Amino acid sequence: MPLTSLAWLLVAIPLVSAAVLLVGGRRTDAWGHWLGVVAAGAAALLGIGILLELLGQPGEDRIHSIHLFSWIPAGDLSVDAGLLVDPLSMTFVLLITFVGALIHIYSVAYMAHDDSRRRFFAYLNLFVAAMLVLVLADSYALLFVGWEGVGLASYLLIGFWNHRTEYAVAAKKAFVMNRVGDMGLLVAMMLMFASIGAVDFEGVFAAAAGTNEGVLTATGLMLVLAACGKSAQFPLQAWLGDAMAGPTPVSALIHAATMVTAGVYLIVRSAPVFEGAPTAQLVAAIIGAVTLLFGAIVGCAKDDIKKTLAASTMSQIGYMVLAAGLGPIGYAFAIFHLLTHGFFKAGMFLGAGSVMHGMGDEVNMRKFGALRRSMQITWITFGAGWLAILGIPPFSGFWSKDKIIEAAFVGDGWQPWVFGPIALLGAGITAFYMSRLFFMTFHGKARWNDGTDTAGGNVTEDPVQHPHESPALMTVPMIILAVGSVALGGLLAIGDTFTHWLEPVTGHVEHHEPVLPIPLLIAATIALVLLGAFLAWRQYGAAAVPVAPPRGSVLTRAARADLYQDTVNETVFATPGARMTEVLTDADTSVVDGAARGLGTGAVGLGNRWRRLQTGFVRSYASIMVVGVVLAVVVVLATRV
Amino acid sequence: MTLVHYLVLSGILFSIGAVAVLVRRNALVAFMGVELMLNAANLTLVTFARMHGDLQGQVIAFFVMVVAAAEVVIGLAIIVSIHRTRGSASLDDANLLKN
Repeated sequence: MPLTSLAWLLVAIPLVSAAVLLVGGRRTDAWGHWLGVVAAGAAALLGIGILLELLGQPGEDRIHSIHLFSWIPAGDLSVDAGLLVDPLSMTFVLLITFVGALIHIYSVAYMAHDDSRRRFFAYLNLFVAAMLVLVLADSYALLFVGWEGVGLASYLLIGFWNHRTEYAVAAKKAFVMNRVGDMGLLVAMMLMFASIGAVDFEGVFAAAAGTNEGVLTATGLMLVLAACGKSAQFPLQAWLGDAMAGPTPVSALIHAATMVTAGVYLIVRSAPVFEGAPTAQLVAAIIGAVTLLFGAIVGCAKDDIKKTLAASTMSQIGYMVLAAGLGPIGYAFAIFHLLTHGFFKAGMFLGAGSVMHGMGDEVNMRKFGALRRSMQITWITFGAGWLAILGIPPFSGFWSKDKIIEAAFVGDGWQPWVFGPIALLGAGITAFYMSRLFFMTFHGKARWNDGTDTAGGNVTEDPVQHPHESPALMTVPMIILAVGSVALGGLLAIGDTFTHWLEPVTGHVEHHEPVLPIPLLIAATIALVLLGAFLAWRQYGAAAVPVAPPRGSVLTRAARADLYQDTVNETVFATPGARMTEVLTDADTSVVDGAARGLGTGAVGLGNRWRRLQTGFVRSYASIMVVGVVLAVVVVLATRV
Repeated sequence: MTLVHYLVLSGILFSIGAVAVLVRRNALVAFMGVELMLNAANLTLVTFARMHGDLQGQVIAFFVMVVAAAEVVIGLAIIVSIHRTRGSASLDDANLLKN
């Protein structure tokens, strides 16, 4: 039996594991985390098996549709649950399961002291299962199941330490902002059903070419909105920084392998829809470009190591959305960058977790410095990720990011002259803030309290820190990811291996010439990157870093506050929404409840009046009867006349 | 004496009975008022029976008498027991059922 037909096991294994851990409860505490690791590992092995099988087939035969069962047979609309195994979904499957499994292993040690480690692994498995449903689905309806599943899992994981109110609030914020995006996906599905009468990929894509452009544009825009929510793109990006409330392995999983990559996947998967809707495509590219600068600027000002990495993710996903918005020339590179980013960002998040582990959960980079001596493995693995995200050849990031920058310079009219320089500038800013993070953490003077400099009257209230390397369970995954950060990009880029692999899905694209010569672009990118890194070195490596953050310029303060995005959301959406709710609530209590209560009071009042008549005096009843009879007689006689 | 006289007499008797029920407080007197009204009705029935020359009215009058007798049996029993427990046969004292 071909392994491909067992693809449903990819989803089933982690799902069953999550169910066992959640239903089993405390009884599984002793071995639950290993079950989680084994489930993720088994899925990864199965994924590799399916990959090898696909590689043994010629390019066009690598698309397999696996029908599972008839899911929603409802009149004209009949949705089957089925899996789509093709190069694009398998790329994601391998990223999710492989990086996911490494994160699972890391978490065994990272969460060792947490009472609810078993619950944590259940949620991690759930997350992986939901994400696999998302990427393997063969219809928008089933994709939506995974889409909501990762939303739920992220909510549970971000709020894992929900006994702290602000963490619970962060989880809620992520959940609510994601729902805003989900409305986009729902509306897109409704539009598809209304115009095409199908929501499965095959049917929609086949009919997309003959569909009215206006409908396709609306559908495309709604899909972009959905992608904005999941992938933390402007203007729905505010949840990502707060999502750092979850344990660090969660951040690695959300940022590298799952959740935020879903938006890019959605856009690339929906390529035929976007082909017919250039406007929606352009909007996606603009959003990507805006987010890429937005994230980069925010990253320059954050002192929290995890929030800097979060801003970096936002910015890198911006690159991918920009590439996806550029059309066929960008699809393969968007996915390529997503893949390499998955490795180096996961490596850096796990590295950040390792630093926090050694520094007693301290996240303020201003209190780090000179950690390279005490945490050498973390230093080296983080360094690999750092060089990869900078795009220094021959590290992974160079191969993927450079291609996106080149693609951004391709096109007619104003577009290459706007998107190109933004992508280029983004690379420079990325180099600056990532180097800032790297130097502040691992180089310069030690700014943590090592218990020696209190003699100089420099009394500090911080506890004495003993930075130390993390256990092997944590460092080994970091080393594997670091190897990926170093070698994966080059391995897949040489001979355009990766692009050819994706061709059955993204289509073959002729080479386009950028508006500027390619060697010049590469040189300019590397020059900007080196400049950014040098500036960061001068300010945060060579010079002393103040422990208390300086006031900073207007831009720095704005960037620290996420460019006031929360304030904007609060003013534009949250407050008017709250006001409207208040008005509606008042209307409900005064008008609706008032009417109901009024009826009740009226009936009671009337009853009280009538009760007076019930005297119990027989003779008064009799008089009333007599009066009634007399009246009746009078009326009868009067009408007769 | 025409039949109209009987009807007028019946009306007078009925009115006296009604007034007795409405005005007198003593349950026994009110009861007699009721009897008076029933008999006024009987008189009317018999009168009309004579006018039409058949027996229907007379038969109904018999029924009324039977009902009245039954009513008196039950009613007097109630009045006597109320009088025993409350020491009074006043109609206005017996308004407990309103609650």
